[in-house]
Amino acid sequence: MDMQNLEVQFDELKAQVDALSKQTVENKLSMVVFSGDLDKVLAAFVIATGSVAMGMDVVMFFTFWGTPVLRDKKKKVGGKDVMGKMFGAMLPSGTGDVKLSNMNMGGMGTAMMKSLMKKKNVASLEEMLGLAEELGVRIYVCEMSMDLMGFKREEFIDYKDIGFAGVATFLQEAQNSKVQLFI
Amino acid sequence: MSDDVQVAKVLDLKGLACPMPVVKVSKGIKEVAVGEVIEAHTTDPGSLSDFPAWAKTSGNEIVKTEQEDKLIKFFIKRLT
Repeated sequence: MDMQNLEVQFDELKAQVDALSKQTVENKLSMVVFSGDLDKVLAAFVIATGSVAMGMDVVMFFTFWGTPVLRDKKKKVGGKDVMGKMFGAMLPSGTGDVKLSNMNMGGMGTAMMKSLMKKKNVASLEEMLGLAEELGVRIYVCEMSMDLMGFKREEFIDYKDIGFAGVATFLQEAQNSKVQLFI
Repeated sequence: MSDDVQVAKVLDLKGLACPMPVVKVSKGIKEVAVGEVIEAHTTDPGSLSDFPAWAKTSGNEIVKTEQEDKLIKFFIKRLT
């Protein structure tokens, strides 16, 4: 085989290796949290914190009904239009406001579930959120949902690794994640 | 009972529910040196399948599992 032929083969191989290394899958979990139901968001956090224990990096994207779960009840922002004010008032303001997807029964079911969780030593949503922060779970909030519902960045919780982004950011993370979930 | 294994640290995870036992054991094992063994006590029946799954994925070894009524004792060797 002459040298020129070898060189061509080498270049081809190099291109292939480069392409492969771009596709490397990381030990990471990317999750979309679409739901704003207590049970589903709780499940999302159980999986997220469990994944960190399993040695994975975790990214959670809160979108649509999941968005208001991350609002901070204590933070009030002004300057909203009528629709924004309406959404702001009707949607939950933080983890304390979210309800069960089933058997809510006008809030009675949710209250019963919360007291049962306490009794059985199951961590509350607030505790799970704190644990996620401590474990380094990254959170993104969907800008489009925020815009739709009239939420402002200033009304979201104080969380160490929180960002505001769109679908491309999610896909960039999801593309090289071992596990992707939609909840 | 457990005198054949040298235990470097005991983790009390009794009463904790999923995912806490696994979250805490993953933190606890990092507090001992590679090669050392920790002893974790749980009462969560799910941990019987979860701890082996966690150990396998995180690259650690469950040397021994003991059960006394509801109490489960795991002896886990840190490998990584």
